[in-house]
Amino acid sequence: MTRVALTLALTALGGCAGRPAALDPAGPQAARIAGFWSLLLAVSIAVSVVVLAVLLDALARRRGGSLPPPPAVDPRLERRLTFGVAAAVVLTAVLLLFLFVASLRTARALNALGEPDALTVEVTGHQWWWEVEYWDSAPARRVRTANEIHVPVGRPVLVKTRSADVIHSLWAPRLAGKKDLLPQHATSLWMQADRPGMFDGQCAEFCGHQHAHMRLTVVAEAPEAFQTWLAHQRTPAAEPTEPALLHGREVFLAGPCALCHTIAGTTAAARLGPDLTHLASRTTLAAGTLPNDLGALAAWLVDPQSVKPGVHMPPAALPPRDFQALVAYLGSLR
Amino acid sequence: MRRAIGALLCAALATTACQREQRRFSDSRPRDAERSAWAVAEGKRLYQAFNCDGCHGRGGGGGMGPPLMDAAWIYGVAPDNVYASIMRGRPNGMPAFGGRVTESQAWQLVAYVRSLSGQPSRGARPGRDDHMQVRESEQARRAERPVAAGTPKPGR
Repeated sequence: MTRVALTLALTALGGCAGRPAALDPAGPQAARIAGFWSLLLAVSIAVSVVVLAVLLDALARRRGGSLPPPPAVDPRLERRLTFGVAAAVVLTAVLLLFLFVASLRTARALNALGEPDALTVEVTGHQWWWEVEYWDSAPARRVRTANEIHVPVGRPVLVKTRSADVIHSLWAPRLAGKKDLLPQHATSLWMQADRPGMFDGQCAEFCGHQHAHMRLTVVAEAPEAFQTWLAHQRTPAAEPTEPALLHGREVFLAGPCALCHTIAGTTAAARLGPDLTHLASRTTLAAGTLPNDLGALAAWLVDPQSVKPGVHMPPAALPPRDFQALVAYLGSLR
Repeated sequence: MRRAIGALLCAALATTACQREQRRFSDSRPRDAERSAWAVAEGKRLYQAFNCDGCHGRGGGGGMGPPLMDAAWIYGVAPDNVYASIMRGRPNGMPAFGGRVTESQAWQLVAYVRSLSGQPSRGARPGRDDHMQVRESEQARRAERPVAAGTPKPGR
């Protein structure tokens, strides 16, 4: 019995090590949520302890045997008991009101990170990947990428969210709370990272077959590194020089790929699927499903349905020479 | 005996849901798109995504191109005729998408175009729309008997 209980308790502890941890905040927004959570926990523990103590006291005073006749009403005892119950009701109301106000204050603070130098990022949910666009008043300077949000450390980020198909929900637990992405209705949330690192995110609203494989990574880096990254993302795709890569580009542009994807600097400019201009610079493929290397890329292209059943991407039915060239070309898009 | 027959009937009734809820994602038999609700729904999505509705109208009501929801099928009623129209194009404006869309995508589009006049089985046809329905859902339509109408006369 003890052994079973011990095993269960240890198993429960296994949940503590998971990476998307809302209780290990890396920015002010998540810290506020974690702080409010701790307050709720502390109040709940205190209330539980008091209630249990009173209950145990009542159990200890119980009268044994069959029910005695009801005692005569003692007016003094009656008054004391009435006072005790009234005090407990008032205390409960005050506690609930206190938690209500604390919750309102937290929600208000979450929506008020606004600062004039905030970075604006538009995130659009698709089945089953994230489109990320860095806003700029000059359209030519906007940057589009997928499944990775790069943010500078210490600068507030306004994430404007919407959905292209069904309802999704953006959740990077170490940075901010959840926000639903709705079709035809814009929403937004603030996030800020206080230390550099890679923070996991996940779609938090069931959105179809591959909801579980709709992950994203928030990459927080020093402001200079972020600017370097942004400047690089603005450049068009590298012009291939080797004949194999040139052939790969031909295959991409002449085949079905170009009907859905964009590669800046070429004639491919469709927006159904993720922007591939700097595909090889990202850490994962297929929204966090595969690591981004040539082997995984080839496996993904040859049969996406075996990796993500139900995905909208069709398989690339190409002769081996064309296929190899296509993989090499996509792998060269740094 | 009666109970056994009842149980058998119930079991048979349960199988009617098979086609509707079947999700075959494999591309090994692209011509079977009509038999999978998922594939027909993909065709519906691609119909918009590849801008077919730009010429043929949302829901196939017609526009710059001929309507796809009526019973007059200019280039023939067989699935192969529709497939050929998509892949090889047709005179007076229909571009050839061969090599641009994959074979499986083309068959998914064929299945959706045919569902506009209720050709695939009811269980496989889409039952809802992301936009305002222009008429009853594909699933609710009665199957039309299409007529091979031949090339339209100039000026029609």
